[in-house]
Amino acid sequence: MRRLRAAKDKIARYLMLGIAIFTILFLLVIGLSLFFKALPIMRAKNLWVLLSSANWKPFKGDFGFLPFILSTFYVSLIAIIIALPFSILTSIYLNSYASKNVRRFFEPVVDLLSGIPPIIYGVWGTLTIVPLIANKIAPRFVEFSTGYTVLAGGIVLAVMIIPLLISITLEVFRSIPKEMTDASLSMGATKWQTVKKVILRKSISGIIAATVLALSRAFGETMAVLMVCGNITQLPHSIFDACYPLPALIANNYGEMLSMPNYESALMFSAFLLFIIVVLFNGISRFTLNQIERRYQFS
Amino acid sequence: MISTNQFLAKSDHNSFIGMNEPIILKKLVTNQSIRIENLDVYIENQHILKDMNLTIPEKSITCIIGPSGCGKSTFLKTLNRMHDESPEVKISGKVFVDDENIYGPHVNVIDTRKKMGLLAQRPCPLPMSIFENVAYGPRIHGIKKRKAVNQTVIQYLQYVGLWDEVRDRVRTSATRLSIGQQQRLCLARGLAIEPEYILGDEATSALDPLSTKKIEELFVKLKEKYTIILVTHTLRQAKRIADHIIFMYLGKIIEAGPTEEFFNNPKKQLTRDYLSGSFS
Repeated sequence: MRRLRAAKDKIARYLMLGIAIFTILFLLVIGLSLFFKALPIMRAKNLWVLLSSANWKPFKGDFGFLPFILSTFYVSLIAIIIALPFSILTSIYLNSYASKNVRRFFEPVVDLLSGIPPIIYGVWGTLTIVPLIANKIAPRFVEFSTGYTVLAGGIVLAVMIIPLLISITLEVFRSIPKEMTDASLSMGATKWQTVKKVILRKSISGIIAATVLALSRAFGETMAVLMVCGNITQLPHSIFDACYPLPALIANNYGEMLSMPNYESALMFSAFLLFIIVVLFNGISRFTLNQIERRYQFS
Repeated sequence: MISTNQFLAKSDHNSFIGMNEPIILKKLVTNQSIRIENLDVYIENQHILKDMNLTIPEKSITCIIGPSGCGKSTFLKTLNRMHDESPEVKISGKVFVDDENIYGPHVNVIDTRKKMGLLAQRPCPLPMSIFENVAYGPRIHGIKKRKAVNQTVIQYLQYVGLWDEVRDRVRTSATRLSIGQQQRLCLARGLAIEPEYILGDEATSALDPLSTKKIEELFVKLKEKYTIILVTHTLRQAKRIADHIIFMYLGKIIEAGPTEEFFNNPKKQLTRDYLSGSFS
């Protein structure tokens, strides 16, 4: 009897270990299969040319991914620039200022926002943000803009990642011990001083982690961005130019025109690129986080 | 001027508090003192502190003792208005600090807190360097000049005997200090806001005996300049350093008086039971 129980325990343990490893293997399997699918184009072309050329003419066999890479970064960057202050200030308010009732109302709504399907954000962006930019915002800065721009993509994406950022940063702020904020307040610091000098300082690594997570999400967000960013292959010179991020490229073209030589492989290359960007990004951020934590040794 | 100690020695010590007795408080009030009148505190409709009346003598150590849950810490928090942060706490009554009711209508809570240096149960350094921890108070209260801040920091680190131990690493994180050092740092940080009162909420309960001794010695040294109010769980500590004892039970002040009298000749049965360890 006893032995049976011990055996069961062991089996359960190794079974779960196996499943855990299997989950991690997905990452490897996806990475590898993308790599092998992208291999033909990497063999046919110089890798550096693929990454740094802006020349995209699949008919002629020219594949320069720079416009897509830059578009992805621009849109994500704008999204994070807009979303970060919004989310942090909202979280600060909910954590340090809001009454219980306000919090009880806000938090489910924030969760709800993150549950809305991307396509709805896309439609909203097309109906609201794009005309707003075309008619109201862009004319102040440039002569003409269709509204389908980097900015539109950034705004829609910002709205999409705000709920995620709020819920993570709120969690980060909540993990700060009450004794610490009390220590600051009891010295006669105002709430705002406490927020600035203690709460934000204590949560800097958490905020960075949240930002990275949101950015990774932003890099990969496809549908909503695709609907508002114009999808024109060019190097965007301003936020009022149309752009064409990597996920949109794949979504728009996969399954079509695959008769062209190297085209499928090129699309797979862009998927692989996206994959690498996200993995690299996570790696780098983990490294910087470790550095920050080591420097301050916050416990 | 008659000192509070002398006064207490001369007068019937029951006038020191007056829950049941008629209160003769005014005589005790000097220019720097805390006087509490009809203080009631409710937390989520539970009556935590019940009709407290007392005066805390200046420039001495007053220890509040009593079993867990008797309201000691709640009481301490009413003195620096930290209950303001919890909306579920209701307070009625008057708390006079330097003859001003801190629960009055025009009182600035920041001024009140600035008068009270708080030493919490567990040392809680802020997420910054040793130097910045002590500089925090002066800086939030508007002292910008680097020289003045430096001076204050060094002065108070020296005062708590930490300067020689940390002078080479004042710019490193405060969390790397030992827990005893951290508590002395927190004391220095509290002193740096230049308070008039020091509140200690079981300030040595997390410390080893040696660190406890250091903190106690500091309290004794500090009472020359400050009025000190300590919540403590250890009767021996109260005996060692207190000038006055307040014994609380279930939100009421049961007995209070000068330390020797309190321990040698307790008036109430409840006090005797507590001191003999029948309950804790």
